[in-house]
Amino acid sequence: MAAKAVKQEYPKRQDGRDWEEMRPIEGKVGIIPRADGSAMFRIGHTVAYAAVYGPRDLFPKFMQNPETGILRCRYNMMPFSGHGERVRPGGGRRSQEISMLMNKALLPVLDLKESPNTVVDVFIELPETDAGTRCAAITAASMALADAGLAMKDMVASLSMGHYNGKIMADIDGYEDCDVGISDIPVAYIPSLDKFSLLQLDGEVPKEDLIKLLNLAKKKAMEIYKVQQQALKAKFFAEDHQHKKVKQ
Amino acid sequence: MTKENVLKYITKGMRYDGRKMTDYRPVTVTYGVSHAAEGSARVKIGETEVIAGVKLAMETPYPDTPAQGNLMVNAELTPLSSPQFESGPPSVQGVELARVIDRAIRESKAIDLTKLCIKEGEKVWSVAVDIVTVNDAGNLMDAGALAAIAALKNAVYPTLKDDGSVDYNKKTDKKVPLQQTPIEVTVIKIGDQLIVDPLPEEEEALDSRLTIAFNDKDMLCAMQKGGETPLSVEEISAMVDLAMEKSKELRKKL
Repeated sequence: MAAKAVKQEYPKRQDGRDWEEMRPIEGKVGIIPRADGSAMFRIGHTVAYAAVYGPRDLFPKFMQNPETGILRCRYNMMPFSGHGERVRPGGGRRSQEISMLMNKALLPVLDLKESPNTVVDVFIELPETDAGTRCAAITAASMALADAGLAMKDMVASLSMGHYNGKIMADIDGYEDCDVGISDIPVAYIPSLDKFSLLQLDGEVPKEDLIKLLNLAKKKAMEIYKVQQQALKAKFFAEDHQHKKVKQ
Repeated sequence: MTKENVLKYITKGMRYDGRKMTDYRPVTVTYGVSHAAEGSARVKIGETEVIAGVKLAMETPYPDTPAQGNLMVNAELTPLSSPQFESGPPSVQGVELARVIDRAIRESKAIDLTKLCIKEGEKVWSVAVDIVTVNDAGNLMDAGALAAIAALKNAVYPTLKDDGSVDYNKKTDKKVPLQQTPIEVTVIKIGDQLIVDPLPEEEEALDSRLTIAFNDKDMLCAMQKGGETPLSVEEISAMVDLAMEKSKELRKKL
Protein backbone atom coordinates (compact mmCIF):
# COMPACT_ATOMS: atom_id res chain seq x y z
CA MET A 1 0.00 0.00 0.00
CA ALA A 2 1.25 3.49 -0.82
CA ALA A 3 2.00 5.72 2.13
CA LYS A 4 0.07 8.94 2.54
CA ALA A 5 1.03 11.73 0.15
CA VAL A 6 3.23 14.51 1.46
CA LYS A 7 1.00 17.00 3.21
CA GLN A 8 0.22 20.09 1.22
CA GLU A 9 -1.49 23.30 2.19
CA TYR A 10 -5.22 22.73 2.40
CA PRO A 11 -6.76 25.90 3.82
CA LYS A 12 -10.33 25.01 2.89
CA ARG A 13 -12.12 21.96 1.51
CA GLN A 14 -12.05 21.66 -2.26
CA ASP A 15 -15.84 21.23 -2.54
CA GLY A 16 -16.58 24.15 -0.20
CA ARG A 17 -17.79 22.07 2.73
CA ASP A 18 -17.20 23.07 6.36
CA TRP A 19 -14.63 20.89 8.13
CA GLU A 20 -17.34 19.09 10.08
CA GLU A 21 -19.81 18.81 7.21
CA MET A 22 -20.58 15.56 5.40
CA ARG A 23 -21.36 15.25 1.71
CA PRO A 24 -25.06 14.83 0.82
CA ILE A 25 -26.39 11.49 2.05
CA GLU A 26 -29.28 9.35 0.87
CA GLY A 27 -30.62 5.94 1.88
CA LYS A 28 -33.16 3.53 0.47
CA VAL A 29 -34.20 -0.01 1.36
CA GLY A 30 -35.77 -2.80 -0.70
CA ILE A 31 -33.87 -1.96 -3.88
CA ILE A 32 -33.10 -5.59 -4.78
CA PRO A 33 -36.35 -7.59 -4.92
CA ARG A 34 -34.58 -10.96 -5.26
CA ALA A 35 -32.83 -10.54 -1.91
CA ASP A 36 -34.32 -11.13 1.54
CA GLY A 37 -33.27 -7.62 2.47
CA SER A 38 -31.48 -4.87 0.59
CA ALA A 39 -30.41 -1.26 0.75
CA MET A 40 -28.60 1.53 -1.04
CA PHE A 41 -26.55 4.17 0.78
CA ARG A 42 -25.02 7.15 -0.96
CA ILE A 43 -22.59 9.69 0.48
CA GLY A 44 -21.44 12.11 -2.21
CA HIS A 45 -20.10 10.02 -5.06
CA THR A 46 -19.69 6.88 -2.97
CA VAL A 47 -22.57 4.46 -3.45
CA ALA A 48 -23.00 1.07 -1.74
CA TYR A 49 -25.60 -1.55 -2.59
CA ALA A 50 -26.22 -4.24 0.02
CA ALA A 51 -28.17 -7.48 -0.29
CA VAL A 52 -28.92 -9.92 2.52
CA TYR A 53 -29.69 -13.60 1.92
CA GLY A 54 -30.63 -15.81 4.84
CA PRO A 55 -30.59 -17.20 7.37
CA ARG A 56 -29.98 -20.07 4.94
CA ASP A 57 -28.25 -23.43 4.93
CA LEU A 58 -24.50 -23.24 5.32
CA PHE A 59 -22.16 -25.43 3.33
CA PRO A 60 -19.58 -26.91 3.66
CA LYS A 61 -21.02 -28.42 6.82
CA PHE A 62 -17.87 -28.10 8.94
CA MET A 63 -18.39 -24.33 8.88
CA GLN A 64 -21.72 -24.68 10.67
CA ASN A 65 -22.01 -23.62 14.29
CA PRO A 66 -24.62 -25.58 16.28
CA GLU A 67 -24.91 -22.73 18.76
CA THR A 68 -25.61 -19.83 16.43
CA GLY A 69 -26.03 -18.71 12.87
CA ILE A 70 -23.00 -17.00 11.41
CA LEU A 71 -22.62 -13.74 9.49
CA ARG A 72 -20.67 -13.68 6.26
CA CYS A 73 -19.93 -10.35 4.55
CA ARG A 74 -18.45 -9.90 1.11
CA TYR A 75 -17.32 -6.46 -0.04
CA ASN A 76 -16.72 -5.89 -3.73
CA MET A 77 -16.08 -2.88 -5.93
CA MET A 78 -17.59 -3.00 -9.42
CA PRO A 79 -14.66 -3.13 -11.89
CA PHE A 80 -15.37 0.39 -13.21
CA SER A 81 -16.13 2.02 -9.85
CA GLY A 82 -12.67 3.21 -8.88
CA HIS A 83 -10.75 6.37 -9.70
CA GLY A 84 -8.00 5.40 -12.04
CA GLU A 85 -7.55 2.02 -13.59
CA ARG A 86 -10.09 -0.78 -13.80
CA VAL A 87 -10.37 -2.84 -10.64
CA ARG A 88 -9.78 -6.48 -11.51
CA PRO A 89 -12.74 -8.66 -10.55
CA GLY A 90 -12.27 -11.32 -7.93
CA GLY A 91 -11.12 -9.12 -5.09
CA GLY A 92 -7.80 -9.09 -3.32
CA ARG A 93 -6.32 -8.59 0.12
CA ARG A 94 -8.01 -5.23 0.55
CA SER A 95 -11.55 -6.49 -0.03
CA GLN A 96 -10.84 -9.55 2.13
CA GLU A 97 -9.81 -7.35 5.04
CA ILE A 98 -12.77 -5.03 4.59
CA SER A 99 -15.18 -7.98 4.45
CA MET A 100 -13.76 -9.23 7.75
CA LEU A 101 -13.99 -5.79 9.34
CA MET A 102 -17.61 -5.45 8.21
CA ASN A 103 -18.39 -8.69 10.01
CA LYS A 104 -16.91 -7.37 13.23
CA ALA A 105 -18.64 -4.03 12.87
CA LEU A 106 -22.09 -5.56 12.37
CA LEU A 107 -22.02 -8.60 14.69
CA PRO A 108 -22.59 -6.69 17.96
CA VAL A 109 -26.11 -5.69 16.87
CA LEU A 110 -27.14 -9.12 15.61
CA ASP A 111 -28.43 -12.16 17.45
CA LEU A 112 -28.34 -15.26 15.27
CA LYS A 113 -28.74 -17.83 18.09
CA GLU A 114 -32.28 -18.55 16.93
CA SER A 115 -30.92 -19.94 13.66
CA PRO A 116 -28.10 -22.35 14.52
CA ASN A 117 -26.11 -23.97 11.68
CA THR A 118 -27.21 -21.29 9.22
CA VAL A 119 -25.51 -18.36 7.52
CA VAL A 120 -26.64 -14.81 6.88
CA ASP A 121 -24.89 -13.59 3.74
CA VAL A 122 -24.33 -9.88 3.18
CA PHE A 123 -23.13 -8.91 -0.29
CA ILE A 124 -21.87 -5.42 -1.05
CA GLU A 125 -21.33 -3.99 -4.52
CA LEU A 126 -20.17 -0.44 -5.15
CA PRO A 127 -21.06 1.11 -8.53
CA GLU A 128 -19.14 4.32 -7.84
CA THR A 129 -16.62 5.25 -5.21
CA ASP A 130 -15.02 8.40 -3.82
CA ALA A 131 -13.49 7.23 -0.49
CA GLY A 132 -15.35 6.05 2.60
CA THR A 133 -16.46 2.88 0.85
CA ARG A 134 -16.15 0.50 3.82
CA CYS A 135 -18.20 2.93 5.90
CA ALA A 136 -20.91 3.26 3.26
CA ALA A 137 -20.88 -0.53 3.00
CA ILE A 138 -21.43 -0.99 6.75
CA THR A 139 -24.18 1.64 6.80
CA ALA A 140 -25.96 0.02 3.83
CA ALA A 141 -25.48 -3.52 5.21
CA SER A 142 -27.02 -2.50 8.50
CA MET A 143 -30.12 -1.15 6.71
CA ALA A 144 -30.35 -4.29 4.55
CA LEU A 145 -30.18 -6.55 7.63
CA ALA A 146 -33.04 -4.59 9.18
CA ASP A 147 -34.95 -4.76 5.88
CA ALA A 148 -34.54 -8.55 5.95
CA GLY A 149 -36.42 -8.57 9.24
CA LEU A 150 -33.57 -10.01 11.31
CA ALA A 151 -33.57 -9.56 15.07
CA MET A 152 -31.32 -6.58 15.75
CA LYS A 153 -30.42 -4.64 18.87
CA ASP A 154 -29.76 -1.50 16.88
CA MET A 155 -28.33 -0.29 13.60
CA VAL A 156 -24.74 0.66 12.89
CA ALA A 157 -23.90 4.03 11.36
CA SER A 158 -20.48 4.44 9.86
CA LEU A 159 -18.38 7.24 8.40
CA SER A 160 -14.80 8.19 7.78
CA MET A 161 -13.31 10.98 9.87
CA GLY A 162 -10.24 12.98 8.93
CA HIS A 163 -7.40 14.77 10.69
CA TYR A 164 -5.20 17.37 9.08
CA ASN A 165 -2.80 19.89 10.67
CA GLY A 166 -4.69 19.86 13.97
CA LYS A 167 -8.04 20.13 12.23
CA ILE A 168 -10.76 17.54 12.71
CA MET A 169 -12.99 16.79 9.78
CA ALA A 170 -15.93 14.60 8.87
CA ASP A 171 -16.38 12.40 5.79
CA ILE A 172 -13.17 12.87 3.79
CA ASP A 173 -13.47 12.33 0.06
CA GLY A 174 -11.09 10.68 -2.41
CA TYR A 175 -9.14 13.85 -3.18
CA GLU A 176 -8.60 14.59 0.51
CA ASP A 177 -7.60 11.01 1.24
CA CYS A 178 -5.23 10.40 -1.68
CA ASP A 179 -4.04 13.78 -2.96
CA VAL A 180 -3.95 15.93 0.19
CA GLY A 181 -2.87 13.08 2.44
CA ILE A 182 -5.32 13.68 5.26
CA SER A 183 -5.30 11.05 8.03
CA ASP A 184 -8.22 8.70 7.50
CA ILE A 185 -10.11 7.35 10.51
CA PRO A 186 -13.05 5.14 9.56
CA VAL A 187 -15.44 4.45 12.43
CA ALA A 188 -18.74 2.65 12.97
CA TYR A 189 -20.97 3.71 15.85
CA ILE A 190 -23.76 1.83 17.63
CA PRO A 191 -26.00 4.49 19.22
CA SER A 192 -27.84 2.37 21.81
CA LEU A 193 -24.56 0.99 23.20
CA ASP A 194 -22.74 4.30 22.73
CA LYS A 195 -19.80 2.27 21.41
CA PHE A 196 -17.69 1.92 18.29
CA SER A 197 -17.50 -1.38 16.40
CA LEU A 198 -15.06 -0.21 13.71
CA LEU A 199 -11.98 1.89 14.31
CA GLN A 200 -9.03 2.24 12.00
CA LEU A 201 -6.38 4.87 11.45
CA ASP A 202 -4.38 5.49 8.34
CA GLY A 203 -2.11 8.47 9.08
CA GLU A 204 -1.04 10.41 12.18
CA VAL A 205 -3.21 11.81 14.99
CA PRO A 206 -2.32 13.07 18.50
CA LYS A 207 -4.33 11.42 21.28
CA GLU A 208 -6.28 14.55 22.36
CA ASP A 209 -7.46 15.05 18.81
CA LEU A 210 -8.49 11.42 18.50
CA ILE A 211 -10.84 11.78 21.47
CA LYS A 212 -12.28 15.03 20.07
CA LEU A 213 -12.66 13.37 16.72
CA LEU A 214 -14.52 10.38 18.15
CA ASN A 215 -16.95 12.65 19.94
CA LEU A 216 -17.64 14.50 16.72
CA ALA A 217 -18.00 11.16 14.92
CA LYS A 218 -20.86 10.25 17.26
CA LYS A 219 -22.76 13.39 16.28
CA LYS A 220 -22.18 12.80 12.59
CA ALA A 221 -23.10 9.13 12.86
CA MET A 222 -26.44 10.19 14.35
CA GLU A 223 -27.18 12.15 11.16
CA ILE A 224 -26.57 8.97 9.17
CA TYR A 225 -28.61 6.97 11.69
CA LYS A 226 -31.58 9.27 11.02
CA VAL A 227 -31.33 8.65 7.29
CA GLN A 228 -31.20 4.89 7.93
CA GLN A 229 -34.32 5.05 10.08
CA GLN A 230 -36.17 7.25 7.60
CA ALA A 231 -35.40 4.84 4.76
CA LEU A 232 -36.87 1.92 6.71
CA LYS A 233 -39.88 3.96 7.75
CA ALA A 234 -40.48 5.04 4.16
CA LYS A 235 -40.79 1.41 3.10
CA PHE A 236 -42.57 -0.18 6.04
CA PHE A 237 -44.98 2.62 6.91
CA ALA A 238 -45.97 2.83 3.26
CA GLU A 239 -46.62 -0.94 3.24
CA ASP A 240 -48.50 -0.70 6.51
CA HIS A 241 -50.61 2.10 5.12
CA GLN A 242 -51.45 0.11 2.01
CA HIS A 243 -52.31 -2.88 4.15
CA LYS A 244 -54.80 -0.83 6.18
CA LYS A 245 -56.39 0.49 3.03
CA VAL A 246 -56.94 -3.03 1.74
CA LYS A 247 -58.49 -4.05 5.06
CA GLN A 248 -61.02 -1.23 4.91
CA MET B 1 -43.49 -28.50 -10.29
CA THR B 2 -42.91 -24.89 -11.31
CA LYS B 3 -41.82 -26.12 -14.70
CA GLU B 4 -45.05 -28.04 -15.22
CA ASN B 5 -47.08 -25.03 -14.14
CA VAL B 6 -45.23 -22.69 -16.46
CA LEU B 7 -45.76 -25.10 -19.33
CA LYS B 8 -49.46 -25.50 -18.51
CA TYR B 9 -50.04 -21.74 -18.56
CA ILE B 10 -47.82 -21.04 -21.56
CA THR B 11 -49.62 -23.61 -23.72
CA LYS B 12 -52.85 -21.77 -22.88
CA GLY B 13 -51.16 -18.55 -23.99
CA MET B 14 -50.79 -17.20 -20.45
CA ARG B 15 -47.81 -15.93 -18.46
CA TYR B 16 -47.23 -15.58 -14.72
CA ASP B 17 -47.27 -11.81 -14.80
CA GLY B 18 -50.17 -11.45 -17.25
CA ARG B 19 -48.00 -10.32 -20.15
CA LYS B 20 -48.49 -11.29 -23.77
CA MET B 21 -46.00 -13.81 -25.20
CA THR B 22 -44.20 -11.15 -27.23
CA ASP B 23 -44.22 -8.26 -24.76
CA TYR B 24 -41.24 -6.94 -22.87
CA ARG B 25 -41.66 -5.59 -19.37
CA PRO B 26 -41.03 -1.80 -19.12
CA VAL B 27 -37.46 -1.01 -20.24
CA THR B 28 -35.52 1.99 -18.92
CA VAL B 29 -31.98 3.13 -19.69
CA THR B 30 -30.18 5.62 -17.42
CA TYR B 31 -26.82 7.02 -18.54
CA GLY B 32 -23.88 8.11 -16.42
CA VAL B 33 -24.63 6.19 -13.23
CA SER B 34 -21.00 5.89 -12.12
CA HIS B 35 -18.88 9.03 -12.23
CA ALA B 36 -15.67 7.02 -11.82
CA ALA B 37 -16.18 5.11 -15.07
CA GLU B 38 -15.43 6.60 -18.50
CA GLY B 39 -18.96 5.59 -19.46
CA SER B 40 -21.79 3.85 -17.65
CA ALA B 41 -25.46 2.97 -17.84
CA ARG B 42 -28.16 1.25 -15.84
CA VAL B 43 -30.77 -0.85 -17.60
CA LYS B 44 -33.95 -2.03 -15.95
CA ILE B 45 -36.29 -4.50 -17.58
CA GLY B 46 -39.13 -4.89 -15.13
CA GLU B 47 -37.42 -5.82 -11.85
CA THR B 48 -34.24 -6.97 -13.59
CA GLU B 49 -31.43 -4.47 -13.05
CA VAL B 50 -27.98 -4.43 -14.62
CA ILE B 51 -25.21 -1.82 -14.57
CA ALA B 52 -22.49 -1.64 -17.19
CA GLY B 53 -19.36 0.47 -17.02
CA VAL B 54 -16.53 1.27 -19.41
CA LYS B 55 -12.90 1.76 -18.36
CA LEU B 56 -10.21 2.83 -20.81
CA ALA B 57 -6.51 2.12 -20.46
CA MET B 58 -3.37 2.67 -22.49
CA GLU B 59 -1.88 -0.67 -23.52
CA THR B 60 0.29 -2.31 -26.13
CA PRO B 61 -1.66 -3.88 -29.01
CA TYR B 62 -1.81 -7.62 -29.67
CA PRO B 63 1.00 -8.69 -32.06
CA ASP B 64 -1.50 -9.87 -34.72
CA THR B 65 -3.41 -6.55 -34.70
CA PRO B 66 -0.71 -3.89 -34.18
CA ALA B 67 -2.89 -1.03 -35.45
CA GLN B 68 -6.03 -1.84 -33.47
CA GLY B 69 -7.21 -1.09 -29.98
CA ASN B 70 -8.30 -3.83 -27.61
CA LEU B 71 -11.86 -4.66 -26.59
CA MET B 72 -12.84 -6.76 -23.61
CA VAL B 73 -16.32 -7.60 -22.35
CA ASN B 74 -16.73 -9.16 -18.93
CA ALA B 75 -19.81 -10.01 -16.89
CA GLU B 76 -20.23 -10.52 -13.17
CA LEU B 77 -23.30 -12.45 -12.09
CA THR B 78 -23.05 -11.21 -8.52
CA PRO B 79 -24.34 -13.13 -5.50
CA LEU B 80 -25.96 -9.80 -4.59
CA SER B 81 -28.42 -10.18 -7.44
CA SER B 82 -29.74 -13.71 -6.96
CA PRO B 83 -29.68 -16.52 -4.37
CA GLN B 84 -28.51 -18.77 -7.20
CA PHE B 85 -25.26 -16.92 -7.91
CA GLU B 86 -22.16 -17.60 -5.82
CA SER B 87 -18.97 -15.72 -5.07
CA GLY B 88 -15.83 -16.87 -6.76
CA PRO B 89 -14.64 -17.34 -10.32
CA PRO B 90 -17.19 -16.66 -13.09
CA SER B 91 -19.76 -19.42 -13.67
CA VAL B 92 -20.32 -20.92 -17.11
CA GLN B 93 -23.52 -18.89 -17.35
CA GLY B 94 -21.59 -15.68 -16.67
CA VAL B 95 -18.92 -16.57 -19.20
CA GLU B 96 -21.53 -17.32 -21.87
CA LEU B 97 -23.36 -14.06 -21.20
CA ALA B 98 -20.16 -12.05 -21.54
CA ARG B 99 -19.05 -13.87 -24.68
CA VAL B 100 -22.38 -13.50 -26.48
CA ILE B 101 -22.46 -9.77 -25.72
CA ASP B 102 -18.80 -9.45 -26.70
CA ARG B 103 -19.55 -11.12 -30.03
CA ALA B 104 -22.39 -8.73 -30.87
CA ILE B 105 -20.21 -5.69 -30.18
CA ARG B 106 -17.17 -7.13 -31.95
CA GLU B 107 -18.86 -8.62 -35.01
CA SER B 108 -21.10 -5.63 -35.68
CA LYS B 109 -17.88 -3.55 -35.57
CA ALA B 110 -19.67 -1.30 -33.11
CA ILE B 111 -16.34 0.24 -32.15
CA ASP B 112 -13.91 1.23 -34.87
CA LEU B 113 -10.87 -0.40 -33.25
CA THR B 114 -8.45 1.23 -35.71
CA LYS B 115 -9.42 4.63 -34.28
CA LEU B 116 -8.20 3.45 -30.87
CA CYS B 117 -4.63 3.20 -32.16
CA ILE B 118 -2.29 5.92 -30.90
CA LYS B 119 1.00 4.51 -32.16
CA GLU B 120 1.07 1.36 -34.27
CA GLY B 121 2.59 -1.63 -32.52
CA GLU B 122 3.18 0.39 -29.35
CA LYS B 123 0.23 2.25 -27.92
CA VAL B 124 -3.49 1.67 -28.25
CA TRP B 125 -6.56 2.35 -26.15
CA SER B 126 -8.01 -0.70 -24.52
CA VAL B 127 -11.74 -0.65 -23.85
CA ALA B 128 -13.05 -2.78 -20.98
CA VAL B 129 -16.81 -3.17 -20.67
CA ASP B 130 -17.95 -4.69 -17.39
CA ILE B 131 -21.52 -5.82 -16.89
CA VAL B 132 -22.64 -6.27 -13.28
CA THR B 133 -26.00 -7.71 -12.27
CA VAL B 134 -27.89 -5.98 -9.46
CA ASN B 135 -31.19 -7.90 -9.48
CA ASP B 136 -31.92 -11.01 -11.51
CA ALA B 137 -35.60 -11.15 -12.35
CA GLY B 138 -34.94 -12.89 -15.66
CA ASN B 139 -33.51 -12.01 -19.08
CA LEU B 140 -30.07 -10.87 -17.94
CA MET B 141 -28.79 -11.47 -21.47
CA ASP B 142 -30.89 -8.77 -23.16
CA ALA B 143 -30.51 -6.39 -20.22
CA GLY B 144 -26.74 -6.90 -20.15
CA ALA B 145 -26.35 -6.36 -23.88
CA LEU B 146 -28.41 -3.18 -23.79
CA ALA B 147 -26.48 -1.88 -20.77
CA ALA B 148 -23.15 -2.62 -22.46
CA ILE B 149 -23.96 -0.72 -25.64
CA ALA B 150 -25.53 2.14 -23.62
CA ALA B 151 -22.38 2.43 -21.49
CA LEU B 152 -20.27 2.55 -24.67
CA LYS B 153 -22.49 5.30 -26.09
CA ASN B 154 -21.89 7.19 -22.86
CA ALA B 155 -18.09 6.70 -22.86
CA VAL B 156 -15.55 9.53 -23.27
CA TYR B 157 -11.76 9.39 -23.32
CA PRO B 158 -9.79 10.38 -20.23
CA THR B 159 -6.91 12.81 -20.73
CA LEU B 160 -3.73 11.41 -22.23
CA LYS B 161 -0.76 13.16 -20.64
CA ASP B 162 2.39 14.13 -22.57
CA ASP B 163 4.37 11.32 -20.94
CA GLY B 164 1.88 8.83 -22.36
CA SER B 165 0.13 8.04 -19.08
CA VAL B 166 -3.58 8.50 -18.48
CA ASP B 167 -5.09 11.17 -16.22
CA TYR B 168 -8.35 9.56 -15.11
CA ASN B 169 -9.39 12.59 -13.09
CA LYS B 170 -9.72 14.71 -16.22
CA LYS B 171 -12.19 13.38 -18.76
CA THR B 172 -12.26 14.88 -22.22
CA ASP B 173 -15.50 15.53 -24.14
CA LYS B 174 -14.32 13.24 -26.93
CA LYS B 175 -16.57 10.22 -27.35
CA VAL B 176 -15.36 6.68 -27.96
CA PRO B 177 -16.03 6.15 -31.71
CA LEU B 178 -19.16 4.04 -32.25
CA GLN B 179 -20.30 3.14 -35.75
CA GLN B 180 -23.02 0.61 -34.91
CA THR B 181 -25.40 -0.05 -32.03
CA PRO B 182 -26.02 -3.81 -31.92
CA ILE B 183 -29.17 -4.85 -30.06
CA GLU B 184 -29.66 -8.35 -28.69
CA VAL B 185 -33.00 -10.09 -28.28
CA THR B 186 -33.47 -13.51 -26.74
CA VAL B 187 -36.44 -15.60 -27.85
CA ILE B 188 -37.25 -18.71 -25.86
CA LYS B 189 -39.38 -21.63 -26.83
CA ILE B 190 -41.51 -23.47 -24.30
CA GLY B 191 -43.70 -26.21 -25.75
CA ASP B 192 -44.72 -24.72 -29.10
CA GLN B 193 -44.88 -21.12 -27.85
CA LEU B 194 -42.29 -18.44 -28.57
CA ILE B 195 -41.83 -15.83 -25.86
CA VAL B 196 -39.53 -12.88 -25.22
CA ASP B 197 -38.16 -11.34 -22.02
CA PRO B 198 -38.50 -14.45 -19.84
CA LEU B 199 -38.94 -14.47 -16.06
CA PRO B 200 -36.59 -16.78 -14.07
CA GLU B 201 -39.35 -19.42 -13.83
CA GLU B 202 -39.77 -19.33 -17.61
CA GLU B 203 -36.01 -19.57 -18.13
CA GLU B 204 -35.95 -22.72 -16.02
CA ALA B 205 -38.75 -24.24 -18.07
CA LEU B 206 -37.36 -23.39 -21.52
CA ASP B 207 -36.86 -26.04 -24.20
CA SER B 208 -34.69 -23.92 -26.44
CA ARG B 209 -33.38 -20.40 -26.50
CA LEU B 210 -32.02 -18.25 -29.29
CA THR B 211 -30.25 -14.95 -28.74
CA ILE B 212 -29.85 -12.84 -31.87
CA ALA B 213 -28.03 -9.53 -32.28
CA PHE B 214 -28.99 -7.02 -35.00
CA ASN B 215 -27.03 -4.05 -36.24
CA ASP B 216 -28.50 -0.68 -37.29
CA LYS B 217 -29.45 -2.12 -40.69
CA ASP B 218 -31.29 -5.15 -39.24
CA MET B 219 -28.42 -7.40 -40.27
CA LEU B 220 -27.87 -10.33 -37.94
CA CYS B 221 -24.44 -10.02 -36.35
CA ALA B 222 -24.30 -12.62 -33.58
CA MET B 223 -26.33 -15.64 -32.50
CA GLN B 224 -26.31 -18.15 -29.70
CA LYS B 225 -28.60 -21.12 -29.33
CA GLY B 226 -29.24 -22.48 -25.86
CA GLY B 227 -31.48 -25.06 -24.28
CA GLU B 228 -31.56 -28.78 -24.88
CA THR B 229 -34.17 -29.04 -27.66
CA PRO B 230 -33.03 -28.66 -31.28
CA LEU B 231 -34.71 -26.18 -33.65
CA SER B 232 -36.07 -26.55 -37.21
CA VAL B 233 -35.48 -24.00 -39.99
CA GLU B 234 -39.10 -22.86 -39.68
CA GLU B 235 -38.71 -22.37 -35.95
CA ILE B 236 -35.45 -20.45 -36.37
CA SER B 237 -37.09 -18.28 -39.04
CA ALA B 238 -39.99 -17.41 -36.75
CA MET B 239 -37.62 -16.65 -33.87
CA VAL B 240 -35.49 -14.33 -36.01
CA ASP B 241 -38.61 -12.48 -37.24
CA LEU B 242 -39.82 -11.95 -33.69
CA ALA B 243 -36.37 -10.91 -32.45
CA MET B 244 -35.94 -8.41 -35.29
CA GLU B 245 -39.28 -6.77 -34.54
CA LYS B 246 -38.41 -6.55 -30.82
CA SER B 247 -34.90 -5.22 -31.47
CA LYS B 248 -36.49 -2.15 -33.07
CA GLU B 249 -38.45 -1.47 -29.89
CA LEU B 250 -35.36 -1.89 -27.73
CA ARG B 251 -33.25 0.36 -29.97
CA LYS B 252 -35.68 3.22 -29.33
CA LYS B 253 -34.91 3.00 -25.60
CA LEU B 254 -31.31 4.08 -26.14
